[in-house]
Amino acid sequence: MTDSVFPSPAAGDSTRSDRWKPNRSLSKLSQRSVVILFGAFAMVSVATTIGIISTLLFETIEFFLEVSPLHFFTATRWTALFANPSFGVIVLLCGTFLTSFIGLLLAIPLGLLAAVCLSEYAPRNLRAVLKPALELLAGIPTVVFGYFALLMVTPFLQNIVPGLSVFNSLSAGIVLGFAILPTIASLSEDAIFAVPQSLRQGCYALGATKRETVTGVVLPAALSGIVSSIILGVARAVGETMIVTLAAGQSPTLTLDPRVSVQTMTSFIVQVTKGDAPYGSIEFKTLFAVGMTLFVITLLLNILSFWFVRKFQEKYE
Amino acid sequence: MQSEQASPTAVAGLERVFKVENTSYYYGSNMAVRGVNLEIPGNKITAFIGPSGCGKSTVLRCFNRLNDLIPSAHIKGRITYHGVDLYSKAVDPTELRRRIGMVFQKPNPFPKSIYDNVAFGARINGYQGDMDELVEKSLRSSALWDEVKDKLKESGLSLSGGQQQRLCIARAIAVEPEVILMDEPCSALDPISTLKIEDLMQQLKENYTIIIVTHNMQQASRVSDRTAFYNAEPTESGGKVGYLVEYDETQVIFSNPKETYTRDYVSGRFG
Repeated sequence: MTDSVFPSPAAGDSTRSDRWKPNRSLSKLSQRSVVILFGAFAMVSVATTIGIISTLLFETIEFFLEVSPLHFFTATRWTALFANPSFGVIVLLCGTFLTSFIGLLLAIPLGLLAAVCLSEYAPRNLRAVLKPALELLAGIPTVVFGYFALLMVTPFLQNIVPGLSVFNSLSAGIVLGFAILPTIASLSEDAIFAVPQSLRQGCYALGATKRETVTGVVLPAALSGIVSSIILGVARAVGETMIVTLAAGQSPTLTLDPRVSVQTMTSFIVQVTKGDAPYGSIEFKTLFAVGMTLFVITLLLNILSFWFVRKFQEKYE
Repeated sequence: MQSEQASPTAVAGLERVFKVENTSYYYGSNMAVRGVNLEIPGNKITAFIGPSGCGKSTVLRCFNRLNDLIPSAHIKGRITYHGVDLYSKAVDPTELRRRIGMVFQKPNPFPKSIYDNVAFGARINGYQGDMDELVEKSLRSSALWDEVKDKLKESGLSLSGGQQQRLCIARAIAVEPEVILMDEPCSALDPISTLKIEDLMQQLKENYTIIIVTHNMQQASRVSDRTAFYNAEPTESGGKVGYLVEYDETQVIFSNPKETYTRDYVSGRFG
């Protein structure tokens, strides 16, 4: 029974309370079970994260029991899979840096220009076609991008760039740039498009031209979103695997020459996991040390992005 | 008095800033405002009142051609500013908008410092004088200087709603316009902030011509010298079209209007 704690209405008016009898006898129980069920689902992702991080952490600690961190971060040779191994992760970091740098050099300006063009200059109906097309680019499997780099872009570039080897960071970087371009363009576009129309009108009303409105008011107002889209793009470039594995090759070289083959952290991980590194061997543990390094870099980027958005986000009503 | 009454839409004996002649405004093929005729006198406050959808804001936005930003919108008729046709090809809307400032319904300060909010318009318009001086002068004119002089570097968005609106007025004044258009400038503000803006308008009219759109009839009667009453009527296609019912001295509109619609509206019988 659902006896109310409130006093019943005056006598003669009792019909009124008869009309209101909610059927909620099971409601408290179902409410609780829903909370528990949904909570369990939410916990799955938390547990997975904790599992991955702790595995990474334990294996990394084991690795550093055998190889000194000083050697890991300062040695200039990476020969992890050789008989007399040297673990200078800086070589892999350099490969990752080089391919990401080339990719971002392409993706940031092109992505931002595409975003400004889509949001501010393109007619509404053109935007409605172009934006999904751009986002479709993000849906192409990166292995396709990788083969495209190796079989189309590299041969083409070899005609222009003398001394370009079959595997090189230039071609990998360029195609990597196109792979992350939709991330930067689409998220920046969202941020720019979200700038309230009233700000643009306020700016025009002062006698500003379109260009002055875009550069003077709209872009500064969207800055936090633009920067976080770039940081996300950087994180994607650093973590990108298939393109660099296929197009940049597997030779760990400490170089900033974009014409030669380099190995990134991700392509090293591919190399080890597809080989047969026995469980518990030093090669096996290396995998986790490199994975941990990668994880820490992307985590820092995410934190940076989060901090930036919190600090610079403008609050509009 | 008699001569003025003869043609209440004209502004006899006063400097005529705008002249609107038989102007209609369209959004696509829908007529939004029909056949407006009126003249705006200089250094006075002219109020546009009327129910929602009567086209008062649309007419206001014709004066600085802000409606140009709506792709399908177009005008028929003629609006002149000191005798120059506003919509002729020779007129550059950006130059026009520097001369005719605007304050919007909701305060819309830029996400910049208070100083930069005021200086922005002057910078893009190539102001050659001393910027600090201009910023201070503009903030003093908008009665905000004393409240913000110690925090000019702080974001304009950190101010209260009323302060933000006065910042927007300072921003408009900073480019030294002749006219200030105000589109319901107090509708998002509390009564005390509203009072400050109204006091400010009385000071500003010495140097500027002001046109204010307002939903608030008391405000129109308090602040304005002349009032235009617009009304909306249903069209055959089910939409609404606005038109100018009556335009006269504010005192006449509120105490002795000629049209029944005006009388009913200002006495609160509809709207």
